[in-house]
Amino acid sequence: MSQDEPRRADQPAAGGVPPVTPAGAARPSLGTRMLDAVRYGNTAVLTLLALLVAIVVGALLIAVADPTTRAAAQYFFSAPMDTFSAAARAIGGGYASLFEGAIYNPATASKGTLAGVLGPISETLVNATPLILGGLSVGLAFRAGLFNIGGQGQIIMGAIFAGYVGFAWHLPVVLHLIVAVIAGIVGGALWGGIAGLLKARTGAHEVITTIMLNYIAFNLLAFLLGLRGFQRPPYGQAISNVVDSNAQLPPLLGNGLRVHAGLFVALLAALGVWWLLSRSTLGFQLRAVGANQFAARTAGMSVERSYTVVMLIAGALCGLAGASQILGTNSAITQDIDAGIGFDAITVALLGRATPGGTVLAGLLFGALRAGGVQMQSSTGIPIDLVQVIQSLIVLFIAAPALIRSIFHLRAATGGLGTQLAKGWNG
Amino acid sequence: MLPLRFSSEPDLEVTLKLELRGITKRFGPVVANDGIDLVIRPGEIHALLGENGAGKSTLMNVLYGLYQPDDGLILIDDISVAFRGPRDAMVAGIGMVHQHFMLIPVFTVAENVELGHEQTRRLGFLDHRKARRLVAEVSARYGLDVPPDALVADLPVGVQQRVEIVKALIRNANVLILDEPTAVLTPRETDDLMQVMRALRDGGTSIVFITHKLREVRAVADRITVIRRGAVVGEALPSASSAELASMMVGRPVLLTVDKGVATPGEPVLQVESLRVVNQNGQVAVDDVSFSVRSGEIYAVAGVQGNGQTELTESLIGLNRPTAGRIRIDGDDVTGESVDGILSRGVGYVPEDRSHDGMVAGFTIAENLVLDIFDQAPFAKGMSLDLKSIGDNAEHRVQEFDIRTPSIHANASTLSGGNQQKLVLARELSRPLRILVVAQPTRGVDVGSQEFVHRRIIEERDSGAAVVLISSELDEVLALADRIAVMYRGRIIGEVPAGTSAEQIGLLMAGAGNEPAQGGPASGTAGEAP
Repeated sequence: MSQDEPRRADQPAAGGVPPVTPAGAARPSLGTRMLDAVRYGNTAVLTLLALLVAIVVGALLIAVADPTTRAAAQYFFSAPMDTFSAAARAIGGGYASLFEGAIYNPATASKGTLAGVLGPISETLVNATPLILGGLSVGLAFRAGLFNIGGQGQIIMGAIFAGYVGFAWHLPVVLHLIVAVIAGIVGGALWGGIAGLLKARTGAHEVITTIMLNYIAFNLLAFLLGLRGFQRPPYGQAISNVVDSNAQLPPLLGNGLRVHAGLFVALLAALGVWWLLSRSTLGFQLRAVGANQFAARTAGMSVERSYTVVMLIAGALCGLAGASQILGTNSAITQDIDAGIGFDAITVALLGRATPGGTVLAGLLFGALRAGGVQMQSSTGIPIDLVQVIQSLIVLFIAAPALIRSIFHLRAATGGLGTQLAKGWNG
Repeated sequence: MLPLRFSSEPDLEVTLKLELRGITKRFGPVVANDGIDLVIRPGEIHALLGENGAGKSTLMNVLYGLYQPDDGLILIDDISVAFRGPRDAMVAGIGMVHQHFMLIPVFTVAENVELGHEQTRRLGFLDHRKARRLVAEVSARYGLDVPPDALVADLPVGVQQRVEIVKALIRNANVLILDEPTAVLTPRETDDLMQVMRALRDGGTSIVFITHKLREVRAVADRITVIRRGAVVGEALPSASSAELASMMVGRPVLLTVDKGVATPGEPVLQVESLRVVNQNGQVAVDDVSFSVRSGEIYAVAGVQGNGQTELTESLIGLNRPTAGRIRIDGDDVTGESVDGILSRGVGYVPEDRSHDGMVAGFTIAENLVLDIFDQAPFAKGMSLDLKSIGDNAEHRVQEFDIRTPSIHANASTLSGGNQQKLVLARELSRPLRILVVAQPTRGVDVGSQEFVHRRIIEERDSGAAVVLISSELDEVLALADRIAVMYRGRIIGEVPAGTSAEQIGLLMAGAGNEPAQGGPASGTAGEAP
């Protein structure tokens, strides 16, 4: 998960107490190191355990919410197995349909069509794309010491800019798409940059300013969706014009499946962020400011400039998410274009420990949960909100590593990045 | 509810014998205390001597109930006790004065003393009168001179410390733990504290005196236990020489004096003229300060912490913008220039709080070693970092400065205080310097590394840098300085040549400026002639 930082590779546990090896001692064997990783609560291990606990708690909730199980529980003491089997059926059915919606569905696959086999994966990837981009945005800002709550606003602005260029301008193929994507980047960067500039110039807390900018973007969109030239004729619905086909991100697996080239954009962005953070001088400065702004200032770095720059880039990444939504997933802007991505991005970044590699994995997981949740609701009636609950539980457990450690009797270690993320409000 | 002392009679018969037997405390794989045996006899001043990180504070936190030992026993009058928290320890008669005071500045002394143990009269009214009376009584009995009705914020640090002592005594402390009590005191206040310690001992209170300062130990302790790397390495009597104690602490012979040749000062490099700095609270922290430092000399700014040295240093490297005055480097006016700009003029800076300002704890040693030069060749190629150069540089510096670490890729936070300081020095001295500003270079640095740090500072002087040394350690100032300025309440109240007696400088540090302040607004060359 921390593939972005090879310099950490020979450290035993990024988030734990590194067992002190005297200089010149032989490197411990792989087995010892893995054992230590578990014992001292390695970040990756803690993340997986948090995931596990969240799934278990989610299972309990499915059982409790299931009417059959509750009915059986009424006569629990006369036939306890009834309750257990009903619960097992509900849980099994729920998680099975989650799996079918997200990864592989035997029923549709048996039809033998490409769409039938790869449909669920395609849905997962479609959902994961903007989550990865948003997660990269939040994670990057966090590494520089800022809490970007403004994903929603930045995504909306990215979508407005990209969408407008997409449907109002008419350019040749390829060029149109490139210009539209750039427009989305500019829109998001503008919105993020405002928050960064305010922080740098006036010290205004970015949590407050980004939340306010979310409201402004949301209502700006509502205004635009009632405006001629933006709204789609015959002006009955709050929906924009349709993006030219020249400006649309091409589907990756044919027209039958929704997964589109935005996924590549997201993966490229992850690669870019990895380079930025671990290989570039700018990233060095951003990380230094994020980890200790006083030392950074003392070393001659401009903390204010870092704040502005990182919010520009973070905004650009969310703008890219908005562009990907409007040029790939949907073809017209609606009021709910953000679809909660801006906020889920925070949890994706947290789960991914604010590293690009981790964020990609976390984005895929959350994308799968989103895709599977739809299927679960339609085939078993378990409300899609359960997915939200599971996501929240994962984050809750990651934010409270002490809880996971005590559940699994791991030895205490210092709080990792997760704790910092959860405590990062007064940054 | 803890019983408060009601009578003013010293109850000598309750003095207790305290024994620690085989105390072991581990943090993960790190053994902080390894089978420590310690006996505190009634009515003695027992010094616990050891380098930073030797495990002194851990041991005392075990004794005070803040940590549970993994192994071993605490015995009071030969009966084993278990403390689940400080409250248990207090009930058993153990009091602790922490290095950082636990006082509420806007409360009066009496209010602070009763805090947490409020005595009430009928209907739940606080009994302030009794608290005030107790403070006055205890204060008078031991000559503590603590005014019960003064606001803590208005009291000098030395008196605040005595408030903490009063707090412990009123809670019936028979064993008083003082954790590095002299770190924040002037030499004069330190002497006062030692008087108080002796008075308490004579009144039957045992004192555990935690410190790493050899002079104080020899002056006041009855017995000395030396701790190294979490284990007791031996006991010593105060008659032992400083060199003996130091070598016990470090585990090898230590040179306590620094070999220093005569300074050969050149032209003035740094000139400060009528500098005035207002701090964040709007107070004038640096008031009309002027001095000039020549190449090849060490100019020391002595003074008790908090007299404006921090603000002065920060304005020297551009972190603070002075409200008035000028700073010149090689004749160029650099007032208000950015930190980056000033550093690139060949200024090296070792901040007083290195873990806060000098390094990024979560960065590797290699990264910290290029913290202020990461964007220059050979560490940067265009927008990219050259990881190989950064690694090579780190290997080189770690070797040259003897930074003890298993790997250059370990986080700086894993280093001990002394090694962290070497890391900061290694970085700052890795480029040619015109000026070196070092603040409190050996604070929290073990005796063994102190020697090294001092030597490197002198080497830098000898290679022609103008060195500004800011230190509140009188010994350090006397050992290193070629000229000494004493700062008091934001002003330089005296500038004396090297070789001035410690007593005279101590008096200046306490504000007894019998010399007129040097460096009027118009003279930018104050103290030009030593």
